[in-house]
Amino acid sequence: MMTKQESAARALATGQKGPVKGEAASQQTVTNLWQDAFYRLTRNRAAVVGLVLIVALILVAVFADRIAPMYYTDGDSVLNNAVPLWLTKVMPGHMEKYAQISDLYPFGADYLGRDLLSRVIYGTRVSLPVGFVGAMTALLIGLIYGSVSGYYGGKVDDVMMRIVDIMYAFPTMLLIILMMAFFKSSFGGAAAPGTLAYEVNRINDVVDRIMGLDSGGMLFIFIGIGLTAWMGIARLARGQILSLKEKEFILASRMIGARDGRIIWRHILPNIIGPILVQITLAIPSYIETEVFLSFIGLGVDPPTPSWGSMISEGANTLRSYPHQVLLPALLLAVTMFAFNFLGDGLRDALDPRMRGTK
Amino acid sequence: MTRYIIRRLLWTIPVLLFISIITFALVHAVPGGPFDKEKARPAEIQANLLKHYGLDQPLWKQYTDYIGITRNPSGKYAGILQWDFGPSIAQRSRTVNEIFSAHLPVSATLGLVALLLAVGLGVPLGIIAALKQNSIWDYLSMAIAIVGVSVPAVVIGPLMILVFALLLGWFPVAGWGSLRYVVLPAVTLGLGSSAIIARLTRASMLQVIREDYIRTARAKGLSEKAIIVRHALKNAFIPVATVLGPMFAALVTGTFVVEQIFAIPGMGKYFITSITNRDYPVVMGTTLLYAVFLVAANLLVDITYAFLDPRIQYE
Repeated sequence: MMTKQESAARALATGQKGPVKGEAASQQTVTNLWQDAFYRLTRNRAAVVGLVLIVALILVAVFADRIAPMYYTDGDSVLNNAVPLWLTKVMPGHMEKYAQISDLYPFGADYLGRDLLSRVIYGTRVSLPVGFVGAMTALLIGLIYGSVSGYYGGKVDDVMMRIVDIMYAFPTMLLIILMMAFFKSSFGGAAAPGTLAYEVNRINDVVDRIMGLDSGGMLFIFIGIGLTAWMGIARLARGQILSLKEKEFILASRMIGARDGRIIWRHILPNIIGPILVQITLAIPSYIETEVFLSFIGLGVDPPTPSWGSMISEGANTLRSYPHQVLLPALLLAVTMFAFNFLGDGLRDALDPRMRGTK
Repeated sequence: MTRYIIRRLLWTIPVLLFISIITFALVHAVPGGPFDKEKARPAEIQANLLKHYGLDQPLWKQYTDYIGITRNPSGKYAGILQWDFGPSIAQRSRTVNEIFSAHLPVSATLGLVALLLAVGLGVPLGIIAALKQNSIWDYLSMAIAIVGVSVPAVVIGPLMILVFALLLGWFPVAGWGSLRYVVLPAVTLGLGSSAIIARLTRASMLQVIREDYIRTARAKGLSEKAIIVRHALKNAFIPVATVLGPMFAALVTGTFVVEQIFAIPGMGKYFITSITNRDYPVVMGTTLLYAVFLVAANLLVDITYAFLDPRIQYE
């Protein structure tokens, strides 16, 4: 499939009609790397599906308060674990014998009688920002760290890379759990004005409000994921720069008097941004998964803010009696992961010629 | 080779020391202690409790006591060097050693089954996909792989229970006991790993079958089976072996999510509850256990390199 698409892409990019014959065709110049890559991406059906899904999820997150039938804290505790009639027919077991039947909620209610659908919709405001902010921080720290380390090389590189090695030797999950426990007990709860905890909490409130949530402790999740996520990018950027900086065109640019900043910005970054973009896109699911894991173990978002992780955890607890509760958050999480993985794979095929066809 | 192994083994000492110091510092840096409860205890009782567990000592002394190179307050050497991982503070009647011997076998069994499944499923899928590149088999196995990579255990676990336990009734919903209890959690655990292995195997297999020595083997007139098994697979397995190391450590020491969903009495729980309970000896013990498994697995991987590829030599 891939090769057919590629040759079609090449044929179009090179203005050729009909099938491309042999490798010689790939030697012909194309208009522009990004146009070429974008064209190849749009020819990859899975990647396009991924992209469409991601855009849809972003829209859901932005307009959550318009789409969701209720607010995420609204509920009627009388109707706890209520199930609509149609769900009792498709789910295993005999829920209709003991569960409360109520068609008020399209996908049922949780143990506090809150609408599951609304909570899942608001959950996008947790998961997507976590993915994107994780990617941004990883990109920012990792790229700068890796670029400096790779470009200056020598002793600087040695020291900087040993630090990364040490961070790698440490179990990441343990680090992030410890960090979240630290944040929760240092900054959780009320604090007197004037103290550090008070100020941190105020920043956190602002972050939560930007995300469109009334509570959640999103700042701490961002910090926790950001601090543990940059090492991979740093290594990748360093490796790429190490091999690039010896190339002739960098030397040529230096000969005509370009300064370090210009060389990095104009000549090195455009050459390494492809693989880094790919790695970042493929890492977004892992950031989302980290948040889900943290919320699953109760160290993620603060209740009552809905996270898919905490919803899956609650749903798993009631799996025997109310098997439907786990389904919605689990499926939405799976779809999100698929979307980012599809897009990442598509980007890699489109941007990184060496990886083409190897997946 | 022997010298290399000895040197690597010696290297594990500073690595483990480093990890233990960092963990110790981090877990003590988290505010709060194991005896902070909603209802405050009288100060004398609190002081006695701290004293009983040696938590009134200066931090460095607590650390050296834990390692077992200084006498603890009761005048004995009782630390890791004496194979004493200390008491669990949250579970008053148990020691960390007892927790290990009760729960590690469960996690290890589950982890090993999951790992076998991951390799047994991932490697063949990867080989088929590579040998029949761009065929329907390639797309099919890579489709399975992308499901495994994308869908986390938090999702697969409940879905497995829904379909195979509640709907079809083939396996028990949760719990631990006979072999039937192992199947669903092991599949849940192993699926993600098998997907990673399948993709890696395919990628490295595609690279290897284009090497010169494969062409030489073909030119000699060897059978296709001999070429694949004896020449290609051995080399293609090297990148796969690299990820097996950390994978093994993570799977064997327990995965919290899967053990939680399937109500399995494994180690995973202790990784997390010990931190939220500030159960210092358990945090230290579980982390060190994980680190030991990781270091050992990585060493094993490096040794297998030499067997897989004679060009790799250690001195």
